[in-house]
Amino acid sequence: MQLWLIPALPLAGFLINGIFGRRFSKAIINAVAIGSVLIAFAWALKTVLALGEAPTFEHYFDWIVAGGFRVGCDFAVDRLTAVMLLVVTGVGSLIHIYSISYMEHDHGYYRFFAYLNLFMFFMLTLVLAANYLVLFVGWEGVGLCSYLLIGFWFHKTSATNAGNKAFIVNRIGDYGFSLAMLMIVVNFGSLDFRTVFGAASKPEGMLTPIAMLLLVGACGKSAQFPLYVWLPDAMEGPTPVSALIHAATMVTAGVYVVARSFPIYIHAPAALERVAVIGLFTAAFAATIGLAQNDIKKVFAYSTVSQLGYMFLGLGTGAFSSGIYHLMTHAFFKALLFLGAGSVIHALSGEQDMRNMGGLRKKIPVTFWTLMCAALAISGVPPLAGFFSKDAILLAAYHHAPWMYWVGTITAGMTAFYVFRAMFMTFFGEYRGHEHPHESPAVITVPLAILAVLSVIGGFIKIPVWLDKFFPAAEAPEEFSLVVISVAAGLIGIALAYVMYIAKPGLADSVSSGFGWLYRVVYNKYFVDEIYNAAVVKPLVAGSRVVLWRGVDAGLIDGMANGIGSRSQGFGSVLRLLQSGNIRSYATWVLFGSVILVVALGLVGAAR
Amino acid sequence: MDVILFLIFAIIAVVCGINVVVQTHPISSALSLIGVMGSLAVLYLLLGAEFIAMAQVIVYAGAIMVLFIFVIMLLNAGAEAKRGRSLVAQLLGMPLLVAFLALISYFIQRLYPSTTLVHFGAFKGGTAQSVGRALFTQYLLPFEVTSVLILIAILGAIVLARKELE
Amino acid sequence: MNGVPLTWYLILSAVLFSLGIAGFLFRKNVITVFMSIELMLNAVNLTFVAFSYQLKQVNGHLFAFFVMVVAAAEAAVGLAIILTVFKNRSTLNIDEVNSMKN
Repeated sequence: MQLWLIPALPLAGFLINGIFGRRFSKAIINAVAIGSVLIAFAWALKTVLALGEAPTFEHYFDWIVAGGFRVGCDFAVDRLTAVMLLVVTGVGSLIHIYSISYMEHDHGYYRFFAYLNLFMFFMLTLVLAANYLVLFVGWEGVGLCSYLLIGFWFHKTSATNAGNKAFIVNRIGDYGFSLAMLMIVVNFGSLDFRTVFGAASKPEGMLTPIAMLLLVGACGKSAQFPLYVWLPDAMEGPTPVSALIHAATMVTAGVYVVARSFPIYIHAPAALERVAVIGLFTAAFAATIGLAQNDIKKVFAYSTVSQLGYMFLGLGTGAFSSGIYHLMTHAFFKALLFLGAGSVIHALSGEQDMRNMGGLRKKIPVTFWTLMCAALAISGVPPLAGFFSKDAILLAAYHHAPWMYWVGTITAGMTAFYVFRAMFMTFFGEYRGHEHPHESPAVITVPLAILAVLSVIGGFIKIPVWLDKFFPAAEAPEEFSLVVISVAAGLIGIALAYVMYIAKPGLADSVSSGFGWLYRVVYNKYFVDEIYNAAVVKPLVAGSRVVLWRGVDAGLIDGMANGIGSRSQGFGSVLRLLQSGNIRSYATWVLFGSVILVVALGLVGAAR
Repeated sequence: MDVILFLIFAIIAVVCGINVVVQTHPISSALSLIGVMGSLAVLYLLLGAEFIAMAQVIVYAGAIMVLFIFVIMLLNAGAEAKRGRSLVAQLLGMPLLVAFLALISYFIQRLYPSTTLVHFGAFKGGTAQSVGRALFTQYLLPFEVTSVLILIAILGAIVLARKELE
Repeated sequence: MNGVPLTWYLILSAVLFSLGIAGFLFRKNVITVFMSIELMLNAVNLTFVAFSYQLKQVNGHLFAFFVMVVAAAEAAVGLAIILTVFKNRSTLNIDEVNSMKN
């Protein structure tokens, strides 16, 4: 099937644009970058359509051969991979097209597309991998590209700091992932998916630690508590980056890994429980923060964290296919939300604070209507895509533990509230800013429209049914009352937002000042960043500076190196005295040596 | 008889040897050295080494020492002056020398029992015939190499000692 | 006694060798130093011949022969060098040939 073509095409795009891009015209850069992704999408589509019952497996070469341990460079496509492939290449292509206009005036135009292609390469490697090590290659690679793209405008200190933060926090997750891989090697003797999952039931006691460590890795990449802090800061990057990496693809890698490793998780129920709890907590936590933010991209960032929590909740309650289903629908409407936000920002020539927006409904209508589709989808309004996926998860949660369902439903209400708060503040009322809003060109609006269509009808692509052949089926019979309650929660949220921001405009401010202290805490993201800084970052930096740099590096290691040098010099200056230039003293030393020789020979002879 | 001969010539050798070291004028040292070589030749005869004894007298005493005396007379070397010193040689030299001699003697005594006795005439393998036979069969290669060595020595000596070309 | 014990020859050789060393270490005239070297070589020759007697082989004689040849060559070249040094530095004092000092 030539699976390697799918990641190789974006890689070629990266190399061509990266090396020669500076001299190319915009047209050629576009053709190379977007062409490679579109062809990759076409090839992925062909692969998926040709997929039979059994997964397609391709082995390219032996990467590590060490005694009995082998790791090959293998790609495989099964139903789970198929879903991910189509989402990544499809949404990716749309975002590439969108970037033509969004990054039009940027100096690093070719660099942007090169990095985007590199990201696609790594993400596709991650998705196509047939063993943990190749997956890890893609895992690390997307982390690298995330760093490169967040810090794309590297002149801005805040952007480079955000890039560093993303990479470092990801690293913590990667550490957990590496430990999990090591434990897998120790317990299963191989990193290959087929081997590991075939024998997944055997090492009983060790499965829970492995699963927990994989979860740590997933939390880092998918921005779950407590490793979510990098995602809001990652909004420093260009908006297409936020849409592609931090909404649709990279952050879903953690969800993918947990879903892929489901045989391990099924046999480690304690770990699976934690997955659900962490997901639920993160969903609620992030939703509360999103209620109070004023930067439009930050609202959506916290929304991403929250929705990822939903996915984890779905996985943790055993409804694996629902979690992946939500991944797909979320890719549609979250990418749309971000791209739409980008369109708004572009229309306002860079304004991101919602307090300076308003009344844009008539000025940028296409953006408005597409964003409205996304907002309705994320609020779970039927029959849009978000309704089906979120509902499936909430149902599974109810059957797992009813209290999870109630927390999840309240969070859904909060989700609807903050999304529509953003919508109302941006598009309704009077325009509070000073710019001249203009509609974006077709290159932007067409992808928005396509995504809007997908958000509306995406729910009818019955992914869970298709995936249920892959995952063990979750027993979650439909209960109509639960569905009604969750939809009602969404509608209540929308209504509340309407009341606070359109009907009675002053109500929002009086609420926030009434809850003054609580509002400040929530607005400042519960001061989590500050806590991390004081508790973790400062001690580490101080310790490194004092102990490791001054003590060990300068004192010990440099001391040893210099000491060897000065010791040799001293020794040499003593030996120098032998060379006196006097022949008789030379002769005396020769005699000395021969006496020693005689003694030695005599001893040897006497020993015999 | 053998013992007496040995003792006489051994004592002559040692006395001449001491003389070599002690004398101030090089000519005296050279003549004492000739004495040492002569007595050594007799000792070789006692050991049955006829060819070597003859070679010793002809080559060593007759050619090499004559060369030495030529050079001494050429350089007009006088009695030794008292300048220059080497601290190391003076401090360490004597103890090391004594230690060396003591060690060698000790090892000789311990390792080699005095059972072999030397008679004059007991060893008949030192004739010119046997030496020649061994020289041209078993030691042919060293023989040829030494002839090249002598050639090189001649060339070296001529090059080093000639007057500069005008 | 019927003959001379072989060890006496060996000890004589050792004594002559030590005398050669003494001359080499304690004399300042370079020609005298050279002659001490010849003394040492002679002592070694005596040892070779003595062992040749003990082992009843002619190999020791051969060795002594070669030693003599090499000593001759060495003496020729060495004296030529001494002549050159004398021409350049006008001294036969071994301690004054010390331009390698420090």
